[in-house]
Amino acid sequence: MSRSAPLAVNRYGQVGIFMASAVLVQLASVAAGKGFLLTQLTMSAYYTLAVVGISLLMGYAGQISLGHAGFFAVGGYTSALLTTLDLTPYRDQPLVSSAERLGLLLSRLDLYGGVLLVVHPLAACVLAVSLAVGLAFLVGIPVLKLKGHYLAMATLGVGTIVYSIALGTEWLGAADGIAAVPPFPLLFGASVGGQAGGRIVNYYVAVTLLGAAMLLLLNLVQSRVGRALRAIHGAEDAASAMGVDTARLKLRTFVVSAALAAVAGVFLTHYNGGIGPSEASVMKSVKYMAIVAVGGMGSLWGTLGMSLTLNFLSLRGYFGIFDDVVFGLILVGMMLFAPDGLLALEPRRALAALRHRLGSSREDPG
Amino acid sequence: MSALFFQYLMAGLTYGMIYAVVGMGFNIIYNATGVINFAQGEFVMLGGMIAVSLVEVMPLPLAILFAVLATMVVGALVELIFIRWLSSPSVLRMIIITVGVSILIREAALLVWGQNVRALPYFTGTEVTSLSIGGAHMSPQVLWTLGACSALVALTTAFFRWSSTGKQMRACASNRVAASLCGLPTRNLITASFILSAGMGALAGCVVSPITYTQYNIGTGLAIKGFTVAILGGLGSSMAAVTAGLVLGVLEAFAVSVLPSAYKDAVSITLLLAILFFRPTGLFAARVAYRP
Repeated sequence: MSRSAPLAVNRYGQVGIFMASAVLVQLASVAAGKGFLLTQLTMSAYYTLAVVGISLLMGYAGQISLGHAGFFAVGGYTSALLTTLDLTPYRDQPLVSSAERLGLLLSRLDLYGGVLLVVHPLAACVLAVSLAVGLAFLVGIPVLKLKGHYLAMATLGVGTIVYSIALGTEWLGAADGIAAVPPFPLLFGASVGGQAGGRIVNYYVAVTLLGAAMLLLLNLVQSRVGRALRAIHGAEDAASAMGVDTARLKLRTFVVSAALAAVAGVFLTHYNGGIGPSEASVMKSVKYMAIVAVGGMGSLWGTLGMSLTLNFLSLRGYFGIFDDVVFGLILVGMMLFAPDGLLALEPRRALAALRHRLGSSREDPG
Repeated sequence: MSALFFQYLMAGLTYGMIYAVVGMGFNIIYNATGVINFAQGEFVMLGGMIAVSLVEVMPLPLAILFAVLATMVVGALVELIFIRWLSSPSVLRMIIITVGVSILIREAALLVWGQNVRALPYFTGTEVTSLSIGGAHMSPQVLWTLGACSALVALTTAFFRWSSTGKQMRACASNRVAASLCGLPTRNLITASFILSAGMGALAGCVVSPITYTQYNIGTGLAIKGFTVAILGGLGSSMAAVTAGLVLGVLEAFAVSVLPSAYKDAVSITLLLAILFFRPTGLFAARVAYRP
């Protein structure tokens, strides 16, 4: 199922092409006077970060997760809570004071000019992703030893729990979620946040993060681990007989994809300046899955393209009240008629056959 | 104290019966096809919703009858449209298709009925009617639920044990190739299993609607509970699923007495993970929980 064969460009070149086209899109949108579109593109890029992780899990390891919105929300909510919760009253507590001494805390002004003592966004980010990874281990260890439906149902359960906790907990903002999340400071004074004038910088931050994640995933996929994963997807028993530690590899893939979702959650929360319980809903997880299905199982670039496009359209409101229906139809339609993704449909196969015939006739001496 | 205990016990048994019926629905389809139908909870929702709409124009028993029949038609359509014509689909593909179907049913329900919470009227008495048994108070609807679900379980068991169609379905479940070599219409039997499963879910959705209410999105939660029950009983075994359903319902009811109710769902998920970790074959069954 190697998709890289027709492309003569290696993975560094591919990421390079992606970055170059991202620059072109930015220049074109600004030149056309539609720079505001970059906001939704930035958000799409963060969602795509979560989606490409699921692509690794579904397309390469052949496992289904219906709970990645849960990991996304664990990342986002943890980061949002830690960077907005005022720790001043708890200054004397040993945990808070030692964190302050280690430089993990930060004083900042709130919207009304009051001074808040909060966790530094970077420390909060590390904690948020660790929490999601821990949760992924907890769910993955028992479930990935089994076959078939178990991961799907267990992750559906985890997603539901995260959603109902986010919705039912007072200090997580209940149905309103957490707002007034501060920007995430980066190098050179740039930051991830909704501040005025930061649109283009934020766009490049998101795209660069996505490019880096793609490079990491492509490296993984084209390594020994990637071949082992594809073997698991193709025939798990055979892979196991050949000495592939299937349970362990599946667990690692699951954890990597959960971590990517959590990172995406952290950054999108800072970019939007808040997070609500709908980010944790099961429908979000299903949406991510639908995008992977249409992008093609085992095609990271196809998934990336589809994810940017569909998320962008969805965020711009093109699907209206039928948003969930559209993604449900995509999911069912793809699985019924093209289980390997759009790119794997007949035209592509016909093209490959044609190329093969041309190639062989050229080589043919007679 | 004992009255309170009894109160929680009855509440637990009521919910447990519903979980048991959903779990049995999973088992019937799983036995016939090897597929876990993620749209199982949607059948329960559809049963309740259709009955609520019909009860405005006809008497309650008729409304329930037609709601069950309509949901059976939906079950048949799901099988005919999405499952029947696929040749040897992978488990991954089947899961995704049933998940997609559940989304489509839910969204259709949202468009038809909106986000309102609905409920059937109480079968006997009103919402303030209560029976007093041993110092504990309960609604007569609890007895209706327990009675109807028990009857459903007994009828289904009898159907599989003694009726010709039931025997054929069991033959199809145990070895589909052999069954089809014996001349059994295996594809039709699979359709029948979807119809049966949808009907069971719909009836459960009707009897429980006055107590728990019906909304377009209740399916997912019920599906998780039903799956937990099916796993707890060992996938494929019906009587074990009933026992497991009652156990889960009672556990949940007592958990809610000490935990905030927002974490009620967490009980069953934790239980699910614990079973998968320690005893994936289920508490009662000796067989492996998955098909080779």
